[in-house]
Amino acid sequence: MEMAEMQSRATAVVRDGALGYDQKLRRLATLATEAIEYPAISSACREALDKRVICDMYEGTAPYTPRYVLPDYERAIAQGSAHLELDPPGDLDDALSFLQIMYAHVPSVTTYPVYLGDLDKVLAPFVDDASDEQLDRSLRRFWIALDRMLPDAFVHTDLGPADSRITRSILRVERSLRQVVPNITLKVDPSITPDDLLLDAVNTVFETAKPHFVNHPMMVGDHGERYAAVSCYNSLKIGGGAHTLVRLNLKETVLRHTGGIDTFLAETLPTYVELTAQLAEARIRSLVEQQRFFETHWLVREGLVSMDRFSAMFGVFGLAEAVNLLVAYQGGSGRYGHDADADALSYRITERLADLVEDRPMPYCEGGAGRCYLHSQSGIDLDTDVTAGTRIPVGDEPPMLEHITTCAPHHRLFPSGISDIFHVDETAVRNPRAVVDIIRGAFAGGMRDFTFNLDSNEFIRITGYLVRKCDLVDIDTRGARHSSDYLAAGSEASFHLSQRAPKRIGCHERDQRTDY
Amino acid sequence: MNATSGLITDTIAFSNVDGPGNRFVVFLQGCNFDCTVCHNPHTINVCDDCGDCVAACPSGSLGFSLMGGVEWNRTSCQGTDACVAACHWDATPKALRRPVWDLVHEIRRAAPFLSGITVSGGEATQQPDFVRALFGAVKGDPALAHLTCFVDSNGAADRSIWSSLLPVMDAAMIDLKCLDPEIHRSMTGQPNDQVLESILYLAAVDRLYEVRLLIVPGVNDDPVLLARTARWLADMDPTLRIKLIGFRKRGVRPTSRLLVEPTPEQMRAYEDIFATRGLFALCVI
Repeated sequence: MEMAEMQSRATAVVRDGALGYDQKLRRLATLATEAIEYPAISSACREALDKRVICDMYEGTAPYTPRYVLPDYERAIAQGSAHLELDPPGDLDDALSFLQIMYAHVPSVTTYPVYLGDLDKVLAPFVDDASDEQLDRSLRRFWIALDRMLPDAFVHTDLGPADSRITRSILRVERSLRQVVPNITLKVDPSITPDDLLLDAVNTVFETAKPHFVNHPMMVGDHGERYAAVSCYNSLKIGGGAHTLVRLNLKETVLRHTGGIDTFLAETLPTYVELTAQLAEARIRSLVEQQRFFETHWLVREGLVSMDRFSAMFGVFGLAEAVNLLVAYQGGSGRYGHDADADALSYRITERLADLVEDRPMPYCEGGAGRCYLHSQSGIDLDTDVTAGTRIPVGDEPPMLEHITTCAPHHRLFPSGISDIFHVDETAVRNPRAVVDIIRGAFAGGMRDFTFNLDSNEFIRITGYLVRKCDLVDIDTRGARHSSDYLAAGSEASFHLSQRAPKRIGCHERDQRTDY
Repeated sequence: MNATSGLITDTIAFSNVDGPGNRFVVFLQGCNFDCTVCHNPHTINVCDDCGDCVAACPSGSLGFSLMGGVEWNRTSCQGTDACVAACHWDATPKALRRPVWDLVHEIRRAAPFLSGITVSGGEATQQPDFVRALFGAVKGDPALAHLTCFVDSNGAADRSIWSSLLPVMDAAMIDLKCLDPEIHRSMTGQPNDQVLESILYLAAVDRLYEVRLLIVPGVNDDPVLLARTARWLADMDPTLRIKLIGFRKRGVRPTSRLLVEPTPEQMRAYEDIFATRGLFALCVI
C-alpha cells in the first residue's frame, strides 16, 4: 500500500465519529499489517484474489494468529496457568473469574475469543454445592460481563448433548437477559438429548434466536468427541482450531467457464480449487513459518492448544448462482431449490469439491488429516448478488420440507460447518414441540447444522451471528457497542436478510397460502 | 372405491396449528355447516361444474373435460386463487379425488419430521370411510406407525362415525361454535345437539384432545353464556384443553366482514371467565 493511501485510511479511522476507541484501535492494527508484504503466491492466485474469485476474508497480509483458536478450557481449569499466574480454581466464583481472565488472553482475528468452552462441562466440577438460584445469580453476572467485555457476536459457547443443571441455568439466564453475546450451540444426540431439553432450547430461540443446533453424532464422526461449533457455524477440534479461512466464489468460477457441466467439473472447478488451496497454503506457511505462532504462544506452551489439532477451512459460497448459471448455459430454466435436475447438479458440484479438497495435501493441517476442512461459508458484509454458502437465495426458499430435503444431502460433505437458516411462523411459539419434531427429523435426515429464527424476533441472524434490530438503527452516526453490528449493518444493506421467506409451518387461513 | 379415495382440497406437509407437534394436514372438501365466520368458505361445497371459474383463470389452467366437468391443470396453475374468488358456490375446482396410497406416499416424505397427521376440512367426518382407510393405512405402515392420527371436526357427526374411527383415531379436536342452540343455528345453519353429544362421547372414551371456541363479539360472547359453557365443559372434564380463538376477518366471506374482531381486553375477559371455572389448560389465540 502507498503511504498516502495508508495515511488517508488511518485518518478516516481515527476521525470516525461512530467507532469507539477499541474499534479504532483494532482497525488501525489491521491497517498496519497491510504495510507488510503479502505471503508469496503465484500470479494466477494473485489475479484470482484481486478479482475476488477467491477470498482471504480480509484477514490481513501477515497472519500472526490462527483465525479460530479453541483452547482446552477443561484442561486449563484442571492445571491452572503459569503464564496467567493462576492456580486451578477451587469453587464456582474462582472458575468464572479464571475463565474471564483467560478469555482476555485468547488470540483471534476478531481480537475476541470465538470459543468460550463447552461451559456445561467446564463448570461441571464446581456446581454440586450451588443451588439453582445461586447458579442463576452467578451465571447471570458472568453472562452480563461476557456481553459487555467481549462485545462481538462471534464469541461462542457450546452446550450438550447431555442435559445438565448448568445448561438449564444458562438457558434461563439467556431468556431473561436477551443479549447478543455469547452465541450458543446446543449439541444434539438423538439418543442422549432429552425432548425436554430440546423444548427448553426451542423456547429460548423464541426469545433470543439462540441456540444453534448441531448433529452431535455426525460431528463426532468427523472430529471425534472433542469438537465445538464456534464463531458462526464453524465446527473445529477443541485444543486446536483453524489457521485460516479462505473461500471460493462458485458463481465467479462459472462466470469464467465456457462449455458444459462436465468440463466445469473436470477442468474449471479443479483449477480454482487449486488456486484457493495455494492461497490457504501461503497463509498457513506465513503464520507457522514466518510469524511462528506455534513456537511462541503461551496456549501452546501450556498444552491448551497444539498444532496437530489444527487445520484450515476451505470455504465455498455462491452455489445457488453457480447451479442456476450452469443450468441456464444448457438452455434450462430450473432453479436450485425448485427443480430436481438443478438440485442434482448442486450435489455433483459439492461432491466434486469434497473430492478435490480431499485430494489436496495441506501443510500443518494434521487436525484434518493433512487436508483442509470443507466449509459452506455463510457470507460477509461485502458480498452482493451472491448467496451465502450452499444456501437457497434469500426470499426464494421453497416450503420448509422441500428446503430441508434440498439442503440436507450437502451437509455430510462439510465437516467444518454448513448453515441453512429457517424462519418459522410466530404460531410455533404455542407449539414448540413442532420445532423439536423438525430438528429431530432434520438430523435423522443427515443435516449437520440447524438454525431457525422466529419471524417476529427482535434478533436477526446475519450470516450466523446475531444482531438486535434496534442496534442497527442510526449505526452510521451513533455507532454500536458490539463490533459485529458494523458488519451486520453492511450485510443488511446489501442483502435484506431480514426479508428471508418465513417458513410457514402453520396455516388455517387457506387462502393466505401464497405467503410461502 | 369410495373407501379408498377422498375428495381432497389440499395438503400441508408441516403445520404447527393442527394438534400437538408438527403435523401433516389433509384438508377434505365439503362441510355440513355453513358458518358465517368460516375462514375457508371455498371448502364448504363440492364443485358443481358450473364453469364460472373457467373464464376467470388468468393462466388458462381451467377447462371442461369431455364429460363436461371442470378440469384443473395443476402444472400451469399460478396459484392466484382467482377461481375461488369467482366461485358463487363456496367451492373450488382444485379439490381432487385422491386415493389413500397417494396420500400415504406424500406423508412418507414428511414422516421423519412429524408427530402425526390431522384430517381437517371442510368437515373431515363427512368422508368417514376415507378417513378410516387413511388412518388405517398410516397405522399399518412401519415407516408411519409413530404418527398419531387426529381429526379436526365441527363435531356434527353421528356417534356411529366416531365409534367406527376409534380403532385408528388417536384423538379429535372439536369446534364448539356455541352452547346455545339458537345462536349456534344462526352461526352455522345447524343445531348443536350432535356437537355436544360428540364432545361428551369423545371425552368419555378419552379421545378428546381439545375443544375450540371461536368467539365473535356481539354474537356468542355474552358473559353469562360463556360462564355456562365453561361450567358445562368443567362438569365433563375440569382439566380439558380449551382453545379460545378470537374471531379474525382474514379469509371470511365479504358478507361477514361487518363482524367485529375482539380486542385484547375482551380476549382477557373471556379467558378470565374460563380460568375461574375449571383447571383448564387454556390457550388463547
